Amino acid sequence: MVPKVVIPVGYGLNCEDETAYAFEMVGASVDKIFIKDITEKPSVLEDYHILALVGGFSFGDHIAAGKVLANIYKFKLGDEVQRFIEAGKLIFGECNGFQILVKAGILPGFNGDYRTQSVTLVYNDSGRFEDRWVNLKVNQASKCIFTEGLKEVYLPVRHGEGKFVTKDAAILQRLQNGNQIVLQYAKEDYTPTMDYPQNPNGSIEAVAGICDPSGRVFGKMPHSSAYLSPYNHPYWTREKVDRVLHNEGGGVPFFRNAVNYIQREFK
Amino acid sequence: MYHRVIVELKSGLVDAVGAGKRRDIEAFLGLKVDEVRIRRVYTIDAKLNMEELDRVRRELLVDPVVEEGDAPLPRFVWLIEVGFRPGVTDNVGRTAKTAIEDLLNRQLREEERIYTSTQYLLSGGYLEFKDCERIARELLANELLERWIIVNYEEVKRKGVDVPPPIIKGSQETVVKEYNLDVRDEELIKISSEGVLALDLNEMKAIKDYFKRTSVVTERKKMSLGANPTDVELETLAQTWSEHCKHKIFHALIHYRDGEEDEIINSLFRNYIKKSTSELSERLPWLVSVFSDNSGVISFNNKLNVAAKVETHNAPSALEPYGGAITGIVGVNRDPMGTGMGAKLFFNVFAYCLGDPFYRGKVPAKLLHPRRVRDGVHRGVIDGGNQSGIPLVRGREIFDRRYGEAKPLVYCGTFGAMPKMIGGKPSYLKEIEAGDLIVMVGGRIGKDGIHGATFSSEELHKGSPTQAVQIGDPITQKKTSDFLLEARDKLLYKSITDNGAGGLASSIGEMAAECGGCEVDLEKAPLKYQGLNPWEILLSEAQERMTVGVDPSKIKLFLELADKRDVEATVLGKFTDSGKFYIKYHSKTVAYLDLDFLHEGVPQKKLQAIWKQPFNEEPEFEQPKNLTGTLNEMLAMLSICSTEKKLRQYDQEVKGLSMIKPLVGKDCDVPSDATISLLEYGSVEGLVFAEGLNPNYSDVDTYKMTASVIDEAIRRVIAVGGCMPSAATPFAALDNFCWCDPEQSDKTPDGYYKLAQLVRACKALYDYSKAFNLPFISGKDSMKNDSIVEGVKVSVPPTLMVTVLSKIDDVSKAVTMDVKRPGDLVYIVGETFDELGGSEYYKLVGEKTRGRGYIGNKAPAVNARKAKATYKRMSKATGLGLVNSAHTPVKGGLAIALAQSAFAGGYGMDINLEKIPYQGIGREDTILFSESNSRFIVTVPKEKKNEFEETMQGSVFAQIGFVVAEPVLRISRGGYQIVQADLGALKRAWKATLEAI
Repeated sequence: MVPKVVIPVGYGLNCEDETAYAFEMVGASVDKIFIKDITEKPSVLEDYHILALVGGFSFGDHIAAGKVLANIYKFKLGDEVQRFIEAGKLIFGECNGFQILVKAGILPGFNGDYRTQSVTLVYNDSGRFEDRWVNLKVNQASKCIFTEGLKEVYLPVRHGEGKFVTKDAAILQRLQNGNQIVLQYAKEDYTPTMDYPQNPNGSIEAVAGICDPSGRVFGKMPHSSAYLSPYNHPYWTREKVDRVLHNEGGGVPFFRNAVNYIQREFK
Repeated sequence: MYHRVIVELKSGLVDAVGAGKRRDIEAFLGLKVDEVRIRRVYTIDAKLNMEELDRVRRELLVDPVVEEGDAPLPRFVWLIEVGFRPGVTDNVGRTAKTAIEDLLNRQLREEERIYTSTQYLLSGGYLEFKDCERIARELLANELLERWIIVNYEEVKRKGVDVPPPIIKGSQETVVKEYNLDVRDEELIKISSEGVLALDLNEMKAIKDYFKRTSVVTERKKMSLGANPTDVELETLAQTWSEHCKHKIFHALIHYRDGEEDEIINSLFRNYIKKSTSELSERLPWLVSVFSDNSGVISFNNKLNVAAKVETHNAPSALEPYGGAITGIVGVNRDPMGTGMGAKLFFNVFAYCLGDPFYRGKVPAKLLHPRRVRDGVHRGVIDGGNQSGIPLVRGREIFDRRYGEAKPLVYCGTFGAMPKMIGGKPSYLKEIEAGDLIVMVGGRIGKDGIHGATFSSEELHKGSPTQAVQIGDPITQKKTSDFLLEARDKLLYKSITDNGAGGLASSIGEMAAECGGCEVDLEKAPLKYQGLNPWEILLSEAQERMTVGVDPSKIKLFLELADKRDVEATVLGKFTDSGKFYIKYHSKTVAYLDLDFLHEGVPQKKLQAIWKQPFNEEPEFEQPKNLTGTLNEMLAMLSICSTEKKLRQYDQEVKGLSMIKPLVGKDCDVPSDATISLLEYGSVEGLVFAEGLNPNYSDVDTYKMTASVIDEAIRRVIAVGGCMPSAATPFAALDNFCWCDPEQSDKTPDGYYKLAQLVRACKALYDYSKAFNLPFISGKDSMKNDSIVEGVKVSVPPTLMVTVLSKIDDVSKAVTMDVKRPGDLVYIVGETFDELGGSEYYKLVGEKTRGRGYIGNKAPAVNARKAKATYKRMSKATGLGLVNSAHTPVKGGLAIALAQSAFAGGYGMDINLEKIPYQGIGREDTILFSESNSRFIVTVPKEKKNEFEETMQGSVFAQIGFVVAEPVLRISRGGYQIVQADLGALKRAWKATLEAI
């Protein structure tokens, strides 16, 4: 079967093309639907297996990054999102998509509550937007569907508001205990770090991405959709000379895992 | 009645943005502050009940995890609140209104608005009121757009802070004025200068004569218009005839004298720029549309065309760097959007020519400190590009005192792509027919940007109009461009163009020229606020607007789709074939001009140019004893050093198509010679981007300057594995001239020479374009980059940026500039000459010995015939995989290039200077720092040595050393070490200059 992916678009989102290509290259079919068309007919989401919240600057990131669109998900699509998750489907958020997931309260999704905000993403400690590639350590114990089989990943971050913060220490503890912290910014040896620039924003516990307790809702700041071709790597010309050039981009497995999961579960 | 909601970080949390401001206050102004905390203020001028207000605070404005709303007053010493002046675009405020409507599920009324402002809470230190005034004026706010109040803690505690919302209190009355042109010449000049019309006497007289023509008088009478032009008419003529829109200097009749030789040049544009392209077009089948639309179009493959445009936005950026630059980038975005049937936007580029950010002297009135200009310009283009989802592919900065004193130059460019055919027709064409409806799409019209076209056509002075300054709104434009692409593919419109300089007057005027007329009802245009006079509606340069021509049978579908996509679209009138530019306002005729006169009536300028080779002092000095030290100093120079800190703030990989990025090397932090991106996912066909920019040589000869920047742009492409232009390889250029006023006058006593500099640049452009087969497909000139500072004219150096785009068939063959492997052989390709004229080295030597750089006289020349042959061999070598790295020396010459390649790769080099093919007196410093063109540093694996040398046979090249594992750059001659430098130290020197800012 061909898993169906929906990418809501419009209002300043801008990573829909590469995200669509990412899902298509691993065998999914993708529809991009204008957000207003979804809020006018929320049941349209039922037709899909994967909801992908892409990167960009929804509503210009005015007020706070992702906030205005997060409110639309929370107040206009809250029931549908809940049903989507309860139906065993997947939600994926990258960068602005991750910001929306946490600000709408869809993540971290403790106890099946997908509407209460308990973590957030704030201005980078550097105070500025930055585009840089980072090392990411993958939590092997996490139930996250998207990172199955991954240990270490190298991806770009491109954001100004990516510092992960929890409401209090208890929330952080809970994320750790539940292995909901999926990705951490890391040093070259792939140990998590708080040091800039390897931790590009000052995220506590070097958190780069988290999932809900089921592992089916996943959000992260780094862009796997920006590393689909081996030639997206910032120094692939060195890899080529050293004969370690990869066959595909390091971001592809995230999408393949999602598609494989749907094919397994929704035969 | 309004409510103010104040949002701040919970106490105890680090305020990163506030900390940044604190650092700026210290670094910029030398004032000491312990802490700056920031509070966002939303002034809600809308009828909300307390329950609604509470909900808005809780659910929208405050992040419950880290923020508090309307919390008790924290301790501080001073509070500065900065907000917009009335009428300035408040993008966040507008979004907040939409979000409130969404949250409360009800529409707010038109006049109910949300305004945003920012409070800075300063604590510690010994600040006085006047210090805070400085902080506000010189750092936090721009007076042209913003206002502020300063209050101390006690006062805030006692009375709170209250700032009423910046509501526009414009009169509802609108007027149409008439101008009596039947006056003496002095009066005509006065009308032009007082009205910022930027028209000279000849032009004013041509207009005066037009309105006296019997036929004109009779026809106007029928439309109830009198003998005098209305302000709508005069303003329309002024903007259409502006230097900015009409390029009168490039079309002038020029008498050029070079020694004994005299020459009459009827239009530089036709005789040089356009001429080479049309002569080349017979051999280059991929040229699609050149110099005719909003951007140039070439064929990329059998499916796609590429549209390319580079613009400058200098004058607005000088006054309001952020606003000027953001409108620069989102403005140039609209050029490919408005080319043919409209292109999808793919890539942005920038280049800035700026004053010394560390300048310590007095800043002339009206101008801003170069560092503030730099920060603002970067922020503007960063926000504009990032928020539009368009990756940056090239970004360059160069510095010269004169850009700080006269005008900064802000080059912004955009590349788009479109399918070759849309609806069975070639997409590069547009069709405008009488009867088509004129529809304005996107943002609304305000007083912003009025007189942009005419104001940029004069020098900056104390009285420069401030309305020309505005702020862009990338999100409105993104929505508009998404919608228009959808409408394009559904064939809902027939023609499209952008609203840039001159606003509707320009867009409608240009489109009307195609079909022969227009009829517009100006009152239908949607306004940001009431009170705009008709001429202001027509001339406003308010951003984010496109004008499209829609067939009446499609208009319903077009407007429905716009509504579904939350984009405003309004029918303003229709295209006709009446021959008239016919504008009404509430049924009354306010402009009735012959289109012929509007577009062709401007009298040709007659100018004189006299070339005299300048003689600059030739420096005489001993070679420095410690060339390693000199190399470190050279690396630290402003125009050579790393600009990574700023560059990283631009999104360089959104869309996921970037293959060779702007920053490369093992730590991804050294600029690439050129960059490569795909246009289609999964393909291997790449677009290569590069540019040439080196105004230093203009002080010697603009002919050599132009030759050098064309060569630089080409060899950058060759360095990453590209090929020379040919029938099989698309490879085109864009020219952007930023000149100083070249018209001889009392204000410009050296106008003959400055115009001769322009003539020589155009001659070189023609010669080298032809010699390299490189056609120019689009360009732009900005001719008045001067300032009047205390009565004296200051000018930028003649600056030409040549931007190139070309195609590489297989990106997997691309090469980067970083050395890759110890043991590889280091080659130099090309010859080195005594060419230090206009070099960075002379600049450094002069600055060190006499406080002012030397220029010298031997600027680098270009031998196109030899260069071309070498470039073809280089392409062959990279294509065969013989090359591990290639880097072309530019500013600072060979030594800089060697150092950069080495520290980018993390491996050292052993170089023997004697092996370098060289013609001249042979001083080591000359060889190392001469900026001779057409050269490469190449590293080749040992096993490819023979094959590489065979491939390069016929060109001048030599093996000059090895890549070594030890991270040290060693350069020796005759057994003596001339340079021995640790790569870490070199890289630190190169990074340190601009690392903190």
